[in-house]
Amino acid sequence: MLSNPGIEFRDAQRETHQFGIRLAIMSGFVVVMFLLLLARFAWLQIIQHSHYHTLAEANRISVVPVTPGRGVIFDRNGVQLAYNYTAHTLEITPGKAGDVSATIDQLAEIVEITPRDRRRFKQLQEESKSFESLPLRSRLADEEIARFAANRYRFPGVEIKARLFRQYPQGELFSHVIGYIGRINQKELDKLDTDGELANYRGTDHIGKTGLELSYESALHGTTGVEQVEIDSAGRAVRVLSRTPPASGANLALKLDAGLQALVDKAFGDRRGALVALDPQTGGVLAFVSKPGFDPNLFVDGIDPQSWGELRNSPDRPMLNRALTGTYPPGSTFKPFMALAALTTGKRTPQQAISDPGYFQFGNHRFRDDAEFGHGAVDMYKSIVVSCDTYYYVLANEMGIDAIAKFMTRLGFGSRTGIDLTGEAAGILPSQEWKMQRFKQKWFAGETVSIGIGQGYNSYTPLQLASAIAAIANDGTMLRPHVVDYMEDVRTKARTPVAPRPLALGLNPEHIDVIKKALVGVNKEGTSASVFVGTEYVSAGKTGTSQVVAIKQGEKYIESRVQERHRDHALFVAYAPADKPTIALAVIVENAGFGAKAAAPIARQVFDYYLLGKTPPGDKKEAGK
Amino acid sequence: MIAWYLRRAGRMLTAHIDGALLAAVLLLMATGLTVLYSASNAGWPRVTGQMTNMLVALAVLWVFANIPPHVLMRLALPVFIVGLLLLLGVAWKGDVINGARRWLHVGVTRIQPSEIMKIAAPLMLAWYFHRYEGTLRLRNYVLAALLLLIPVGLIARQPDLGTAILILASGGFVLFLAGLSWKVIAALGVTALASAPVAWSMMHDYQRQRILMLIDPSEDPLGKGYHTIQSTIAVGSGGITGKGWMSGTQTHLDFIPERTTDFIFAVYSEEFGFVGNLVLLILFLLLISRGFVIAAQASTLFTRLLAGAITLTFFTYAFVNMGMVSGILPVVGVPLPMISYGGTSLVTLCLGFGILMSIHTHRHLVRT
Repeated sequence: MLSNPGIEFRDAQRETHQFGIRLAIMSGFVVVMFLLLLARFAWLQIIQHSHYHTLAEANRISVVPVTPGRGVIFDRNGVQLAYNYTAHTLEITPGKAGDVSATIDQLAEIVEITPRDRRRFKQLQEESKSFESLPLRSRLADEEIARFAANRYRFPGVEIKARLFRQYPQGELFSHVIGYIGRINQKELDKLDTDGELANYRGTDHIGKTGLELSYESALHGTTGVEQVEIDSAGRAVRVLSRTPPASGANLALKLDAGLQALVDKAFGDRRGALVALDPQTGGVLAFVSKPGFDPNLFVDGIDPQSWGELRNSPDRPMLNRALTGTYPPGSTFKPFMALAALTTGKRTPQQAISDPGYFQFGNHRFRDDAEFGHGAVDMYKSIVVSCDTYYYVLANEMGIDAIAKFMTRLGFGSRTGIDLTGEAAGILPSQEWKMQRFKQKWFAGETVSIGIGQGYNSYTPLQLASAIAAIANDGTMLRPHVVDYMEDVRTKARTPVAPRPLALGLNPEHIDVIKKALVGVNKEGTSASVFVGTEYVSAGKTGTSQVVAIKQGEKYIESRVQERHRDHALFVAYAPADKPTIALAVIVENAGFGAKAAAPIARQVFDYYLLGKTPPGDKKEAGK
Repeated sequence: MIAWYLRRAGRMLTAHIDGALLAAVLLLMATGLTVLYSASNAGWPRVTGQMTNMLVALAVLWVFANIPPHVLMRLALPVFIVGLLLLLGVAWKGDVINGARRWLHVGVTRIQPSEIMKIAAPLMLAWYFHRYEGTLRLRNYVLAALLLLIPVGLIARQPDLGTAILILASGGFVLFLAGLSWKVIAALGVTALASAPVAWSMMHDYQRQRILMLIDPSEDPLGKGYHTIQSTIAVGSGGITGKGWMSGTQTHLDFIPERTTDFIFAVYSEEFGFVGNLVLLILFLLLISRGFVIAAQASTLFTRLLAGAITLTFFTYAFVNMGMVSGILPVVGVPLPMISYGGTSLVTLCLGFGILMSIHTHRHLVRT
């Protein structure tokens, strides 16, 4: 090679030249690749910019519902019956938490978790979807919050949230009127969907289940607001961009009197039964008691299976709303209405009297009177005051079932009163047609006889009885019962009253007068006279006893020999003051026997309290005031 | 007197520094710090940390600018061999971090031998071709390619696909610049296409997923495709002029993963838009063209090849990173050169620039 340096030199030159070409090619390559990148940038940043802009905005902006506060419920004196409070809850999203029961075990080392909490949570979990955040514990103490915060990293899918809770401070006392709210279930979701309300419930997880909470749901709930929030990639809110405030649900002011309600509750004690007291002039519900009640607070964040089982299996049936859905034969409280029917249809005049031998013979059947040897000569006044059965056996037999049914329909028997509570029962007003539909059987004339004294097929709610007696008290004008007095806008304080809805029954005032005089007689000199001795007002009433088990022919009812649950129900309908009634009521005490003994004293206490502000002796100042 | 010494010292300091290249490097560094400040949510610790990294890198640059190319040439083979041994060490008993075995304990500290290979591989190849200058046959290229594939294979196995690709590219550039015949290049291209299925079967699951994600990132929007989707949104939503410094919503609301390191370009792009991207491309292009000029003016085959390879490796870094962030390349762990947070790549890059400067400033001095 050394022999020919020129070749080497040319080679070197050629190589340099070749390198130059290669370098130039690479320069071209670099430029082309950068242009390719530039084209990509132009595509993304110029041509597709608005698309990506939208995506970036969608990333950062989250539309969050702002839940309105639920309306508060007050009694007529401003006593709170249902309100909201904010509490910190410990919540688990099962879908994010992995092994939920292990997570709960670990959480139990940090915050107190009762077996009840666990059962409740398990129940909730079964009813919910895995991505829903479900409360495990509520009302965390500050200390517990701090302890959890320090251990937070250990618990994915577990969060502390501030939530509004519903509280029913009076507990059992109003359980059957106020009802309760609970977590929205699938059925309710479907209903909200068909009602077009789903959007308004975004962010709401509770809904009224029973009582006023159910019937006034849309008013109490309010309108959900919207917040545009800037969020980071973890979904944490960084700042609020815009806000449409929610409209809080309306407050409800009731006609109910918490003091009266408490008094009635106490008067019942452990006995089962119901009382409905109405303002005859407005239809406002003054007291609405069904005993026993239950604690509505148990239902707010999901009742645990054990407590639910106890409520459901109790022989006292605390979940049954006796005042609204319990139906009972009215017994002798039906007599004044029968008398009014007789006057209106012209079957009787007030003076027309019968001679009562102590029974009414119908074919082979002897319908007995309470008084073994009869009441002697009985006119309409006496028939009510002494509660003569024979008078009404004869009357009913003469009128016939369809005439009775036709008249009683006017007083609202056998149809719903239209009270502002959901789930009211209609009761049974028997007629030939009714029996044919119900039993596919003909009506037997003998069956009409016991209808006259409020026994047999007929069966009404305490609410219907109260409404009917209130109509008498109000001289034949019936007012639709309503629990709510007015709804109040939380912001403007504007009130929307629930207007009274009067319905004239078309009765002759003179006829009503006859009945009213007799009802005053009952409390003055009749079956319940001993209960109303010495009142500072004049009251009117009618006792009743409703058979639970039919008594065999020829047998006598002896209370002490009958099993407690088969004893008769005690009933009483009443109003006061007699000349210008401001309160009318119906009360039933289950299995308590004779109406005057068990039911009428409760009515006396109600009147004393409502009209005079008196509480039973030895009682502390009434609850809620 | 003092002035004279100062002038002399100044001359000593700057004697082997290439002004144009240094200017481009400093401009990129300044850009990097600006973006980093925003990407770290005004996090001074990150920014000052990166400044320290830059000072170290600049020192390394100065040192290597002062090492004459013939010394480097002598070091080429030993460094490569040491690098290979370290890579074997990693494969044998390296530390596993994030599912990859990349680090090796050496005394008190840990090193990532694949970083050394980024310089050592092109250095060795340039030395090899220089040694056989004038008598190059096909078998020389084959042998060079084999030498290159050993470290590439080891690194790909760690697994570190990004670094493996970069090293393969830098070696490939040397082969190309050394005059690998077009016939062979064409043959290689055909073979590569044909062997793609084989390569596919040899890839790790996560590597396959990254490639699949590139084809359709929306298939797994919250999983593997998340990086690409969010960075593409960031780039696209930047628009022509960007959302403004410190105002990128994707950036500041934490939608961009690894936004101070591999995905910092998404931050830059979101906040400075298309115009900013154009400026950055021009800056990169300035630096690359200066590198090419140095390569073209280099006096020996070794320095020509080395300068060309270093410059093209830098380009590859930039292209792969920007391509990955804007969604046209799969997600491989390649930082944006001079901009991404991290000392290692910064030092390696500046070391390369130091070598470039050395090549340029020593071109008339030495003739081996």
